Amino acid sequence: MQRPNLSAWLYVTPLMLVLVPFFLLPTLVVLVASFFETDGFGGLLPAFTLANYVDVLTSAQTFLLYVTTLKFAILTWLFTLIIGFLVAYFLVFHVKNQLLAIGLFLVCTIPFWTSNIIRMISWIPLLGKEGLVNSTLLGIGVIREPFEVLLYSGLAVVIAYVHQLTIFMVVPIFNSLARIDKRVVEAALDAGASRLDVMRYIIIPMSKSGIALGSTFVISIVMGDFFVVKVMSGGGSASVVSAFYENVGVLQYPIAAASAMLLTLVLIAMIALILRVVDIRREITQ
Amino acid sequence: MTVALGEADLPMIRTRRISAVARGDRRPWTFYALAVVFTLYVAALYGPMICIYILSFQDIRGGLVFPMKGHSLHWFIDLFTQVRTGDVKGSFDRSIKLAALVTVITLVVSLMAGLAFRRRFFGDTAVFYLMIGSLVAPGLVLGLGIGLLFQWVGISPSWYTSALGAQLSWTLPFGVLVMFAVMSRFNSVWEEAARDLGASRWQTIRLVVIPVLAPGLVAVALFGFTLSYDEFARTLQTSGSLNTLPLEIWSMTLNVTSPSLYALGTVTTIVSFVIIGACIGAIIVINKRRGVRATGH
Repeated sequence: MQRPNLSAWLYVTPLMLVLVPFFLLPTLVVLVASFFETDGFGGLLPAFTLANYVDVLTSAQTFLLYVTTLKFAILTWLFTLIIGFLVAYFLVFHVKNQLLAIGLFLVCTIPFWTSNIIRMISWIPLLGKEGLVNSTLLGIGVIREPFEVLLYSGLAVVIAYVHQLTIFMVVPIFNSLARIDKRVVEAALDAGASRLDVMRYIIIPMSKSGIALGSTFVISIVMGDFFVVKVMSGGGSASVVSAFYENVGVLQYPIAAASAMLLTLVLIAMIALILRVVDIRREITQ
Repeated sequence: MTVALGEADLPMIRTRRISAVARGDRRPWTFYALAVVFTLYVAALYGPMICIYILSFQDIRGGLVFPMKGHSLHWFIDLFTQVRTGDVKGSFDRSIKLAALVTVITLVVSLMAGLAFRRRFFGDTAVFYLMIGSLVAPGLVLGLGIGLLFQWVGISPSWYTSALGAQLSWTLPFGVLVMFAVMSRFNSVWEEAARDLGASRWQTIRLVVIPVLAPGLVAVALFGFTLSYDEFARTLQTSGSLNTLPLEIWSMTLNVTSPSLYALGTVTTIVSFVIIGACIGAIIVINKRRGVRATGH
Protein backbone atom coordinates (compact mmCIF):
# COMPACT_ATOMS: atom_id res chain seq x y z
CA MET A 1 0.00 0.00 0.00
CA GLN A 2 2.90 2.32 0.76
CA ARG A 3 4.73 2.04 -2.57
CA PRO A 4 1.92 2.99 -4.96
CA ASN A 5 1.26 5.95 -2.67
CA LEU A 6 4.82 7.13 -3.03
CA SER A 7 4.85 6.84 -6.81
CA ALA A 8 1.48 8.63 -7.03
CA TRP A 9 2.95 11.53 -5.07
CA LEU A 10 5.95 11.52 -7.37
CA TYR A 11 3.57 11.97 -10.29
CA VAL A 12 1.63 14.85 -8.70
CA THR A 13 4.74 16.65 -7.47
CA PRO A 14 5.05 18.86 -10.57
CA LEU A 15 1.39 19.83 -10.19
CA MET A 16 1.95 20.73 -6.56
CA LEU A 17 5.07 22.71 -7.50
CA VAL A 18 2.76 25.01 -9.47
CA LEU A 19 -0.31 24.98 -7.22
CA VAL A 20 1.56 25.71 -3.98
CA PRO A 21 3.58 28.78 -5.05
CA PHE A 22 1.02 30.13 -7.51
CA PHE A 23 -2.27 29.38 -5.78
CA LEU A 24 -1.91 28.32 -2.14
CA LEU A 25 0.83 30.75 -1.07
CA PRO A 26 -0.62 33.79 -2.93
CA THR A 27 -3.99 33.11 -1.30
CA LEU A 28 -2.32 32.96 2.12
CA VAL A 29 -0.39 36.13 1.31
CA VAL A 30 -3.64 37.95 0.55
CA LEU A 31 -5.12 36.55 3.77
CA VAL A 32 -2.16 37.83 5.78
CA ALA A 33 -2.18 41.19 4.00
CA SER A 34 -5.83 41.65 4.89
CA PHE A 35 -4.79 41.97 8.56
CA PHE A 36 -1.94 44.41 7.85
CA GLU A 37 -1.91 48.18 7.92
CA THR A 38 -0.91 50.36 5.01
CA ASP A 39 1.52 53.28 5.07
CA GLY A 40 -0.54 54.89 2.32
CA PHE A 41 2.16 54.54 -0.33
CA GLY A 42 1.73 50.89 -1.22
CA GLY A 43 3.85 49.65 1.65
CA LEU A 44 2.46 47.11 4.09
CA LEU A 45 3.05 47.43 7.82
CA PRO A 46 2.93 44.08 9.63
CA ALA A 47 0.18 44.25 12.22
CA PHE A 48 -2.92 42.43 13.26
CA THR A 49 -5.88 44.67 12.74
CA LEU A 50 -9.47 43.91 11.87
CA ALA A 51 -9.96 47.50 10.72
CA ASN A 52 -9.87 46.50 7.04
CA TYR A 53 -12.64 43.99 7.54
CA VAL A 54 -14.66 46.49 9.56
CA ASP A 55 -14.20 49.01 6.76
CA VAL A 56 -15.31 46.56 4.10
CA LEU A 57 -18.20 45.09 6.05
CA THR A 58 -19.68 48.34 7.26
CA SER A 59 -19.49 50.19 3.98
CA ALA A 60 -22.79 50.59 2.15
CA GLN A 61 -20.84 50.40 -1.10
CA THR A 62 -19.81 46.80 -0.41
CA PHE A 63 -23.44 45.86 0.00
CA LEU A 64 -24.39 47.55 -3.28
CA LEU A 65 -21.48 45.89 -5.10
CA TYR A 66 -22.57 42.48 -3.90
CA VAL A 67 -26.17 43.16 -4.91
CA THR A 68 -25.04 44.17 -8.42
CA THR A 69 -22.62 41.28 -8.78
CA LEU A 70 -25.08 38.71 -7.45
CA LYS A 71 -27.76 40.07 -9.76
CA PHE A 72 -25.45 39.58 -12.76
CA ALA A 73 -24.42 36.15 -11.48
CA ILE A 74 -27.98 34.92 -11.02
CA LEU A 75 -29.25 36.29 -14.33
CA THR A 76 -26.25 34.86 -16.19
CA TRP A 77 -26.61 31.54 -14.41
CA LEU A 78 -30.29 31.32 -15.32
CA PHE A 79 -29.80 32.11 -19.01
CA THR A 80 -26.69 29.97 -19.46
CA LEU A 81 -28.43 27.08 -17.70
CA ILE A 82 -31.55 27.25 -19.88
CA ILE A 83 -29.68 27.76 -23.17
CA GLY A 84 -26.89 25.35 -22.25
CA PHE A 85 -29.31 22.60 -21.23
CA LEU A 86 -31.44 22.98 -24.36
CA VAL A 87 -28.38 22.95 -26.65
CA ALA A 88 -26.84 19.94 -24.91
CA TYR A 89 -30.18 18.10 -24.88
CA PHE A 90 -30.66 18.76 -28.58
CA LEU A 91 -27.20 17.43 -29.42
CA VAL A 92 -27.50 14.29 -27.29
CA PHE A 93 -31.12 13.25 -27.79
CA HIS A 94 -32.17 14.73 -31.11
CA VAL A 95 -29.11 14.48 -33.34
CA LYS A 96 -29.00 10.75 -33.98
CA ASN A 97 -25.97 10.79 -36.26
CA GLN A 98 -23.00 10.46 -33.90
CA LEU A 99 -20.49 12.13 -36.21
CA LEU A 100 -22.78 15.07 -36.84
CA ALA A 101 -23.40 15.47 -33.11
CA ILE A 102 -19.66 15.64 -32.47
CA GLY A 103 -19.26 18.12 -35.33
CA LEU A 104 -22.02 20.38 -33.99
CA PHE A 105 -20.57 20.05 -30.48
CA LEU A 106 -17.23 21.26 -31.84
CA VAL A 107 -18.97 24.18 -33.55
CA CYS A 108 -20.25 25.16 -30.08
CA THR A 109 -16.89 24.77 -28.37
CA ILE A 110 -14.52 26.44 -30.86
CA PRO A 111 -15.20 30.01 -29.64
CA PHE A 112 -14.13 28.91 -26.16
CA TRP A 113 -10.59 28.63 -27.51
CA THR A 114 -10.57 32.18 -28.86
CA SER A 115 -10.09 35.48 -27.05
CA ASN A 116 -12.81 36.44 -24.56
CA ILE A 117 -12.01 40.13 -24.89
CA ILE A 118 -12.44 40.04 -28.65
CA ARG A 119 -15.72 38.16 -28.31
CA MET A 120 -16.89 40.80 -25.88
CA ILE A 121 -16.01 43.83 -27.98
CA SER A 122 -17.60 42.15 -30.99
CA TRP A 123 -20.96 43.18 -29.54
CA ILE A 124 -20.10 46.86 -30.05
CA PRO A 125 -20.98 47.01 -33.77
CA LEU A 126 -24.25 45.23 -33.00
CA LEU A 127 -25.52 46.88 -29.85
CA GLY A 128 -24.16 50.44 -30.18
CA LYS A 129 -26.35 53.47 -30.66
CA GLU A 130 -25.67 53.29 -34.39
CA GLY A 131 -25.24 49.53 -34.26
CA LEU A 132 -26.87 46.85 -36.35
CA VAL A 133 -29.77 46.14 -33.98
CA ASN A 134 -30.77 49.78 -33.67
CA SER A 135 -30.37 50.59 -37.36
CA THR A 136 -32.38 47.52 -38.32
CA LEU A 137 -35.19 48.38 -35.90
CA LEU A 138 -35.15 52.00 -37.11
CA GLY A 139 -35.18 50.77 -40.69
CA ILE A 140 -38.24 48.58 -40.21
CA GLY A 141 -39.87 51.40 -38.34
CA VAL A 142 -40.40 49.54 -35.08
CA ILE A 143 -38.79 52.37 -33.12
CA ARG A 144 -38.29 56.06 -33.78
CA GLU A 145 -35.36 56.73 -31.44
CA PRO A 146 -32.41 54.34 -31.16
CA PHE A 147 -32.33 52.27 -27.95
CA GLU A 148 -29.54 53.59 -25.77
CA VAL A 149 -29.76 50.80 -23.22
CA LEU A 150 -28.47 48.12 -25.58
CA LEU A 151 -24.78 48.89 -25.15
CA TYR A 152 -23.09 50.17 -22.00
CA SER A 153 -25.82 48.90 -19.70
CA GLY A 154 -26.64 46.02 -17.41
CA LEU A 155 -28.31 44.32 -20.36
CA ALA A 156 -25.09 44.43 -22.38
CA VAL A 157 -23.18 42.96 -19.42
CA VAL A 158 -25.57 40.01 -19.16
CA ILE A 159 -25.51 39.47 -22.94
CA ALA A 160 -21.69 39.40 -22.93
CA TYR A 161 -21.61 36.98 -19.98
CA VAL A 162 -24.16 34.62 -21.51
CA HIS A 163 -22.28 34.78 -24.81
CA GLN A 164 -19.00 33.82 -23.14
CA LEU A 165 -20.15 31.37 -20.50
CA THR A 166 -22.93 29.24 -22.00
CA ILE A 167 -20.22 26.89 -23.23
CA PHE A 168 -19.33 26.15 -19.59
CA MET A 169 -22.86 24.77 -19.19
CA VAL A 170 -23.05 23.01 -22.55
CA VAL A 171 -19.95 20.84 -22.11
CA PRO A 172 -20.59 19.34 -18.64
CA ILE A 173 -24.33 18.91 -19.28
CA PHE A 174 -23.56 17.31 -22.65
CA ASN A 175 -21.21 14.88 -20.89
CA SER A 176 -23.70 13.88 -18.23
CA LEU A 177 -26.57 13.57 -20.73
CA ALA A 178 -24.41 11.45 -23.04
CA ARG A 179 -23.86 9.01 -20.17
CA ILE A 180 -27.60 8.36 -19.76
CA ASP A 181 -28.44 4.91 -21.05
CA LYS A 182 -30.98 5.43 -23.83
CA ARG A 183 -32.64 2.13 -22.87
CA VAL A 184 -33.72 3.67 -19.57
CA VAL A 185 -35.63 6.33 -21.50
CA GLU A 186 -37.14 3.71 -23.82
CA ALA A 187 -38.17 1.59 -20.85
CA ALA A 188 -39.87 4.55 -19.20
CA LEU A 189 -41.75 5.36 -22.40
CA ASP A 190 -42.79 1.70 -22.79
CA ALA A 191 -44.01 1.73 -19.20
CA GLY A 192 -46.32 4.57 -20.12
CA ALA A 193 -44.39 7.60 -18.92
CA SER A 194 -45.08 10.82 -20.77
CA ARG A 195 -42.17 12.68 -22.32
CA LEU A 196 -42.54 15.31 -19.62
CA ASP A 197 -42.20 12.57 -16.99
CA VAL A 198 -39.07 11.30 -18.70
CA MET A 199 -37.66 14.81 -18.53
CA ARG A 200 -38.63 15.33 -14.90
CA TYR A 201 -37.79 11.94 -13.43
CA ILE A 202 -34.92 10.72 -15.57
CA ILE A 203 -33.12 13.32 -17.61
CA ILE A 204 -32.99 16.26 -15.22
CA PRO A 205 -31.99 14.18 -12.16
CA MET A 206 -29.33 12.38 -14.19
CA SER A 207 -27.86 15.59 -15.56
CA LYS A 208 -27.53 17.05 -12.07
CA SER A 209 -23.76 16.59 -11.95
CA GLY A 210 -23.28 18.40 -15.25
CA ILE A 211 -25.54 21.23 -14.13
CA ALA A 212 -23.64 21.52 -10.85
CA LEU A 213 -20.28 21.59 -12.58
CA GLY A 214 -21.45 24.16 -15.13
CA SER A 215 -23.00 26.31 -12.40
CA THR A 216 -19.73 26.26 -10.45
CA PHE A 217 -17.87 27.56 -13.50
CA VAL A 218 -20.41 30.21 -14.44
CA ILE A 219 -20.93 31.59 -10.95
CA SER A 220 -17.25 31.66 -10.02
CA ILE A 221 -16.33 33.37 -13.29
CA VAL A 222 -19.04 36.03 -13.03
CA MET A 223 -18.29 36.68 -9.36
CA GLY A 224 -14.58 37.03 -10.15
CA ASP A 225 -14.95 39.11 -13.30
CA PHE A 226 -14.23 42.73 -13.77
CA PHE A 227 -13.44 43.38 -17.40
CA VAL A 228 -16.84 42.53 -18.88
CA VAL A 229 -18.55 44.72 -16.30
CA LYS A 230 -16.09 47.53 -16.91
CA VAL A 231 -16.34 47.60 -20.70
CA MET A 232 -19.92 46.52 -21.31
CA SER A 233 -21.51 48.68 -18.61
CA GLY A 234 -19.53 51.69 -19.85
CA GLY A 235 -18.58 52.49 -16.27
CA GLY A 236 -22.24 52.41 -15.25
CA SER A 237 -21.93 49.50 -12.89
CA ALA A 238 -19.10 48.10 -10.86
CA SER A 239 -18.52 44.58 -9.62
CA VAL A 240 -16.92 43.37 -6.42
CA VAL A 241 -13.69 42.69 -8.28
CA SER A 242 -13.63 45.99 -10.16
CA ALA A 243 -13.85 47.81 -6.80
CA PHE A 244 -11.07 45.53 -5.58
CA TYR A 245 -8.98 46.46 -8.60
CA GLU A 246 -9.53 50.16 -8.00
CA ASN A 247 -8.24 49.72 -4.45
CA VAL A 248 -5.18 47.97 -5.83
CA GLY A 249 -4.76 50.83 -8.29
CA VAL A 250 -4.55 53.37 -5.48
CA LEU A 251 -2.26 51.03 -3.52
CA GLN A 252 -4.80 50.29 -0.78
CA TYR A 253 -3.62 46.69 -0.56
CA PRO A 254 -4.97 45.74 2.91
CA ILE A 255 -8.51 46.91 2.11
CA ALA A 256 -8.32 45.20 -1.27
CA ALA A 257 -7.07 42.04 0.43
CA ALA A 258 -9.90 42.12 2.97
CA SER A 259 -12.53 42.51 0.27
CA ALA A 260 -10.84 39.72 -1.70
CA MET A 261 -11.10 37.47 1.35
CA LEU A 262 -14.77 38.32 1.76
CA LEU A 263 -15.34 37.48 -1.90
CA THR A 264 -13.46 34.20 -1.46
CA LEU A 265 -15.66 33.28 1.50
CA VAL A 266 -18.84 34.11 -0.42
CA LEU A 267 -17.60 32.06 -3.38
CA ILE A 268 -16.69 29.10 -1.17
CA ALA A 269 -20.13 29.25 0.44
CA MET A 270 -21.88 29.31 -2.95
CA ILE A 271 -19.79 26.48 -4.35
CA ALA A 272 -20.23 24.44 -1.16
CA LEU A 273 -23.97 24.87 -1.62
CA ILE A 274 -23.69 23.50 -5.15
CA LEU A 275 -21.44 20.66 -4.00
CA ARG A 276 -24.03 19.58 -1.46
CA VAL A 277 -26.16 18.57 -4.41
CA VAL A 278 -23.51 16.45 -6.04
CA ASP A 279 -20.08 14.97 -5.34
CA ILE A 280 -18.12 16.60 -8.15
CA ARG A 281 -14.95 14.67 -7.39
CA ARG A 282 -16.69 11.33 -7.88
CA GLU A 283 -18.47 12.58 -11.00
CA ILE A 284 -15.29 13.83 -12.64
CA THR A 285 -12.90 11.02 -11.88
CA GLN A 286 -15.24 8.08 -12.36
CA MET B 1 -19.35 29.22 -39.78
CA THR B 2 -23.08 29.80 -39.94
CA VAL B 3 -22.89 28.97 -43.64
CA ALA B 4 -21.06 25.75 -42.87
CA LEU B 5 -23.68 24.91 -40.30
CA GLY B 6 -26.47 25.55 -42.76
CA GLU B 7 -24.91 23.04 -45.13
CA ALA B 8 -24.36 20.60 -42.32
CA ASP B 9 -28.04 20.78 -41.43
CA LEU B 10 -29.12 19.24 -44.71
CA PRO B 11 -27.54 15.79 -44.40
CA MET B 12 -28.74 15.67 -40.81
CA ILE B 13 -32.34 16.19 -41.78
CA ARG B 14 -32.04 13.68 -44.59
CA THR B 15 -30.49 10.89 -42.50
CA ARG B 16 -32.90 11.50 -39.71
CA ARG B 17 -35.88 11.34 -41.99
CA ILE B 18 -34.73 7.95 -43.24
CA SER B 19 -34.25 6.61 -39.71
CA ALA B 20 -37.55 8.08 -38.59
CA VAL B 21 -39.36 6.39 -41.46
CA ALA B 22 -37.57 3.14 -40.73
CA ARG B 23 -38.62 3.23 -37.08
CA GLY B 24 -42.07 4.29 -38.09
CA ASP B 25 -42.40 7.28 -35.81
CA ARG B 26 -42.37 11.01 -36.47
CA ARG B 27 -40.05 13.52 -34.95
CA PRO B 28 -41.71 15.33 -32.06
CA TRP B 29 -42.35 19.08 -32.27
CA THR B 30 -39.65 19.61 -29.67
CA PHE B 31 -37.08 18.60 -32.26
CA TYR B 32 -37.96 21.59 -34.42
CA ALA B 33 -38.17 23.95 -31.45
CA LEU B 34 -34.77 22.84 -30.17
CA ALA B 35 -33.27 22.96 -33.65
CA VAL B 36 -34.35 26.60 -33.81
CA VAL B 37 -32.86 27.29 -30.37
CA PHE B 38 -29.62 25.60 -31.42
CA THR B 39 -29.39 27.52 -34.69
CA LEU B 40 -30.04 30.82 -32.92
CA TYR B 41 -27.43 29.95 -30.32
CA VAL B 42 -24.79 29.23 -32.95
CA ALA B 43 -25.76 32.38 -34.87
CA ALA B 44 -25.42 34.48 -31.70
CA LEU B 45 -22.14 32.72 -30.94
CA TYR B 46 -20.50 33.49 -34.27
CA GLY B 47 -22.50 36.44 -35.62
CA PRO B 48 -20.87 39.23 -33.59
CA MET B 49 -17.40 37.83 -34.19
CA ILE B 50 -18.01 37.71 -37.94
CA CYS B 51 -19.17 41.34 -37.81
CA ILE B 52 -15.87 42.57 -36.43
CA TYR B 53 -13.86 40.51 -38.91
CA ILE B 54 -15.81 42.15 -41.73
CA LEU B 55 -15.49 45.64 -40.22
CA SER B 56 -11.72 45.26 -39.83
CA PHE B 57 -11.37 45.30 -43.62
CA GLN B 58 -12.67 48.86 -44.04
CA ASP B 59 -10.55 51.63 -45.57
CA ILE B 60 -9.25 54.74 -43.83
CA ARG B 61 -12.71 56.26 -43.36
CA GLY B 62 -13.90 53.24 -41.40
CA GLY B 63 -15.61 53.46 -38.03
CA LEU B 64 -16.66 51.06 -35.28
CA VAL B 65 -20.14 50.31 -36.68
CA PHE B 66 -21.83 49.33 -39.92
CA PRO B 67 -22.19 50.33 -42.72
CA MET B 68 -18.85 49.28 -44.17
CA LYS B 69 -16.84 52.20 -45.48
CA GLY B 70 -14.82 50.86 -48.41
CA HIS B 71 -12.50 47.90 -48.14
CA SER B 72 -8.75 47.71 -47.68
CA LEU B 73 -6.07 46.30 -45.42
CA HIS B 74 -5.41 49.77 -44.03
CA TRP B 75 -6.15 48.90 -40.40
CA PHE B 76 -3.98 45.81 -40.44
CA ILE B 77 -1.02 47.82 -41.70
CA ASP B 78 -1.89 50.56 -39.21
CA LEU B 79 -1.84 47.97 -36.44
CA PHE B 80 1.74 46.91 -37.03
CA THR B 81 3.23 50.27 -38.05
CA GLN B 82 1.60 52.87 -35.78
CA VAL B 83 3.18 53.62 -32.44
CA ARG B 84 -0.04 54.94 -30.94
CA THR B 85 -1.66 51.50 -31.00
CA GLY B 86 1.15 50.28 -28.76
CA ASP B 87 3.67 47.48 -29.09
CA VAL B 88 1.48 44.93 -30.86
CA LYS B 89 4.36 43.06 -32.50
CA GLY B 90 6.31 42.67 -29.27
CA SER B 91 3.33 41.57 -27.22
CA PHE B 92 2.28 39.14 -29.93
CA ASP B 93 5.77 37.66 -29.87
CA ARG B 94 5.74 37.32 -26.09
CA SER B 95 2.27 35.78 -26.05
CA ILE B 96 3.25 33.09 -28.55
CA LYS B 97 6.44 32.23 -26.64
CA LEU B 98 4.61 32.18 -23.32
CA ALA B 99 1.80 30.03 -24.74
CA ALA B 100 4.35 27.56 -26.16
CA LEU B 101 6.05 27.33 -22.78
CA VAL B 102 2.73 26.89 -20.98
CA THR B 103 1.66 24.21 -23.47
CA VAL B 104 4.75 22.06 -22.90
CA ILE B 105 4.55 22.33 -19.11
CA THR B 106 0.78 21.76 -19.05
CA LEU B 107 1.16 18.67 -21.24
CA VAL B 108 3.84 17.02 -19.10
CA VAL B 109 2.39 17.95 -15.71
CA SER B 110 -1.20 17.04 -16.65
CA LEU B 111 -0.13 13.66 -18.03
CA MET B 112 1.76 12.85 -14.83
CA ALA B 113 -1.11 14.02 -12.61
CA GLY B 114 -3.57 12.07 -14.74
CA LEU B 115 -1.51 8.91 -14.25
CA ALA B 116 -1.34 9.51 -10.49
CA PHE B 117 -5.10 10.07 -10.10
CA ARG B 118 -6.04 6.70 -11.59
CA ARG B 119 -5.76 5.18 -8.15
CA ARG B 120 -6.59 6.69 -4.80
CA PHE B 121 -3.60 7.81 -2.80
CA PHE B 122 -3.05 9.49 0.52
CA GLY B 123 -4.03 13.15 0.21
CA ASP B 124 -5.61 12.83 -3.23
CA THR B 125 -8.74 14.72 -2.15
CA ALA B 126 -6.62 17.61 -0.88
CA VAL B 127 -4.75 17.81 -4.18
CA PHE B 128 -8.02 17.62 -6.10
CA TYR B 129 -9.66 20.46 -4.16
CA LEU B 130 -6.49 22.54 -4.34
CA MET B 131 -6.78 22.19 -8.09
CA ILE B 132 -10.47 23.09 -8.18
CA GLY B 133 -9.71 26.08 -5.94
CA SER B 134 -7.01 27.22 -8.32
CA LEU B 135 -9.47 26.90 -11.19
CA VAL B 136 -12.27 28.97 -9.66
CA ALA B 137 -10.18 31.55 -7.78
CA PRO B 138 -10.79 35.08 -9.12
CA GLY B 139 -7.87 35.84 -11.43
CA LEU B 140 -7.29 39.38 -10.21
CA VAL B 141 -7.14 38.31 -6.56
CA LEU B 142 -4.66 35.59 -7.40
CA GLY B 143 -2.71 38.14 -9.45
CA LEU B 144 -2.46 40.45 -6.46
CA GLY B 145 -1.37 37.58 -4.22
CA ILE B 146 1.33 36.49 -6.65
CA GLY B 147 2.45 40.11 -7.06
CA LEU B 148 2.74 40.61 -3.29
CA LEU B 149 4.45 37.24 -2.85
CA PHE B 150 7.07 38.10 -5.47
CA GLN B 151 7.54 41.51 -3.86
CA TRP B 152 8.14 39.96 -0.44
CA VAL B 153 10.51 37.31 -1.75
CA GLY B 154 12.31 39.99 -3.75
CA ILE B 155 11.86 38.71 -7.30
CA SER B 156 10.70 41.26 -9.87
CA PRO B 157 7.65 40.01 -11.77
CA SER B 158 7.97 39.30 -15.49
CA TRP B 159 6.00 37.46 -18.12
CA TYR B 160 8.26 34.39 -18.05
CA THR B 161 8.27 33.98 -14.26
CA SER B 162 5.24 35.25 -12.34
CA ALA B 163 2.90 35.43 -15.35
CA LEU B 164 3.99 31.95 -16.42
CA GLY B 165 3.12 30.58 -12.98
CA ALA B 166 -0.13 32.52 -12.82
CA GLN B 167 -1.20 31.12 -16.18
CA LEU B 168 -0.22 27.58 -15.19
CA SER B 169 -2.47 27.88 -12.13
CA TRP B 170 -5.29 28.25 -14.68
CA THR B 171 -4.26 25.90 -17.50
CA LEU B 172 -3.14 22.97 -15.32
CA PRO B 173 -6.49 22.34 -13.63
CA PHE B 174 -8.09 22.37 -17.08
CA GLY B 175 -5.41 20.08 -18.45
CA VAL B 176 -5.82 17.63 -15.58
CA LEU B 177 -9.63 17.65 -15.92
CA VAL B 178 -9.25 16.83 -19.63
CA MET B 179 -6.78 14.08 -18.65
CA PHE B 180 -9.40 12.62 -16.28
CA ALA B 181 -11.83 12.37 -19.19
CA VAL B 182 -9.13 10.83 -21.40
CA MET B 183 -7.93 8.43 -18.69
CA SER B 184 -11.43 7.14 -18.01
CA ARG B 185 -11.22 5.41 -21.39
CA PHE B 186 -7.69 4.08 -20.88
CA ASN B 187 -7.55 0.39 -20.19
CA SER B 188 -4.75 -0.39 -17.75
CA VAL B 189 -4.58 -3.94 -19.14
CA TRP B 190 -2.31 -2.61 -21.93
CA GLU B 191 0.03 -1.20 -19.37
CA GLU B 192 0.14 -4.46 -17.41
CA ALA B 193 0.77 -6.39 -20.63
CA ALA B 194 3.73 -4.14 -21.39
CA ARG B 195 5.10 -4.67 -17.90
CA ASP B 196 4.62 -8.46 -18.15
CA LEU B 197 6.59 -8.40 -21.38
CA GLY B 198 9.48 -6.86 -19.49
CA ALA B 199 9.10 -3.16 -20.28
CA SER B 200 10.52 -0.74 -17.76
CA ARG B 201 8.24 1.90 -16.26
CA TRP B 202 9.61 4.58 -18.60
CA GLN B 203 9.33 2.27 -21.63
CA THR B 204 5.72 1.52 -20.70
CA ILE B 205 4.88 5.21 -20.61
CA ARG B 206 6.82 6.10 -23.75
CA LEU B 207 5.83 3.13 -25.93
CA VAL B 208 2.35 2.26 -24.64
CA VAL B 209 0.70 4.96 -22.55
CA ILE B 210 1.65 8.04 -24.61
CA PRO B 211 0.78 6.55 -28.02
CA VAL B 212 -2.58 5.26 -26.72
CA LEU B 213 -3.41 8.61 -25.14
CA ALA B 214 -2.08 10.68 -28.08
CA PRO B 215 -5.41 12.23 -29.20
CA GLY B 216 -6.22 13.22 -25.62
CA LEU B 217 -2.78 14.73 -25.20
CA VAL B 218 -3.32 16.85 -28.31
CA ALA B 219 -6.54 18.11 -26.68
CA VAL B 220 -4.63 18.96 -23.49
CA ALA B 221 -2.08 20.87 -25.58
CA LEU B 222 -4.90 22.75 -27.30
CA PHE B 223 -6.27 23.81 -23.91
CA GLY B 224 -2.82 24.78 -22.68
CA PHE B 225 -2.00 26.92 -25.69
CA THR B 226 -5.30 28.71 -26.23
CA LEU B 227 -6.03 29.35 -22.55
CA SER B 228 -2.58 30.87 -22.10
CA TYR B 229 -2.68 32.81 -25.36
CA ASP B 230 -5.98 34.47 -24.38
CA GLU B 231 -5.42 34.70 -20.61
CA PHE B 232 -6.09 38.14 -19.18
CA ALA B 233 -7.15 38.39 -15.53
CA ARG B 234 -4.27 36.42 -14.00
CA THR B 235 -1.67 38.01 -16.26
CA LEU B 236 -2.73 41.61 -15.69
CA GLN B 237 -0.85 42.14 -12.44
CA THR B 238 1.86 39.52 -12.90
CA SER B 239 3.38 40.26 -16.30
CA GLY B 240 5.72 42.98 -15.08
CA SER B 241 6.52 45.87 -17.38
CA LEU B 242 5.98 44.11 -20.71
CA ASN B 243 2.52 43.35 -22.05
CA THR B 244 1.16 40.12 -23.47
CA LEU B 245 -1.30 40.33 -26.36
CA PRO B 246 -4.57 40.19 -24.34
CA LEU B 247 -3.24 42.99 -22.12
CA GLU B 248 -2.45 44.97 -25.27
CA ILE B 249 -5.97 44.35 -26.58
CA TRP B 250 -7.34 45.36 -23.21
CA SER B 251 -5.54 48.69 -23.23
CA MET B 252 -6.70 49.20 -26.81
CA THR B 253 -10.36 48.65 -25.88
CA LEU B 254 -9.96 51.55 -23.46
CA ASN B 255 -8.08 53.96 -25.79
CA VAL B 256 -8.41 53.02 -29.43
CA THR B 257 -11.67 53.79 -31.20
CA SER B 258 -10.66 52.84 -34.73
CA PRO B 259 -11.10 49.58 -36.63
CA SER B 260 -7.48 48.69 -35.83
CA LEU B 261 -8.95 47.20 -32.66
CA TYR B 262 -11.06 44.93 -34.87
CA ALA B 263 -8.04 44.22 -37.07
CA LEU B 264 -6.17 42.98 -34.00
CA GLY B 265 -9.22 40.87 -33.14
CA THR B 266 -9.16 39.35 -36.60
CA VAL B 267 -5.42 38.61 -36.45
CA THR B 268 -5.54 37.02 -33.00
CA THR B 269 -8.60 34.94 -33.90
CA ILE B 270 -6.89 33.69 -37.07
CA VAL B 271 -3.99 32.51 -34.89
CA SER B 272 -6.46 30.76 -32.56
CA PHE B 273 -8.26 29.13 -35.49
CA VAL B 274 -4.98 27.89 -36.98
CA ILE B 275 -4.06 26.29 -33.66
CA ILE B 276 -7.54 24.79 -33.16
CA GLY B 277 -7.59 23.52 -36.74
CA ALA B 278 -4.13 21.97 -36.41
CA CYS B 279 -5.08 20.21 -33.17
CA ILE B 280 -8.42 18.89 -34.41
CA GLY B 281 -6.73 17.84 -37.64
CA ALA B 282 -4.02 16.02 -35.69
CA ILE B 283 -6.62 14.17 -33.62
CA ILE B 284 -8.51 13.12 -36.76
CA VAL B 285 -5.30 11.96 -38.49
CA ILE B 286 -4.20 9.95 -35.44
CA ASN B 287 -7.60 8.28 -35.15
CA LYS B 288 -7.75 7.57 -38.88
CA ARG B 289 -4.30 6.00 -38.98
CA ARG B 290 -5.31 3.92 -36.03
CA GLY B 291 -8.43 2.77 -37.85
CA VAL B 292 -6.35 1.77 -40.91
CA ARG B 293 -3.89 -0.17 -38.78
CA ALA B 294 -6.67 -1.89 -36.89
CA THR B 295 -8.32 -3.12 -40.10
CA GLY B 296 -4.92 -4.04 -41.59
CA HIS B 297 -4.32 -6.61 -38.90
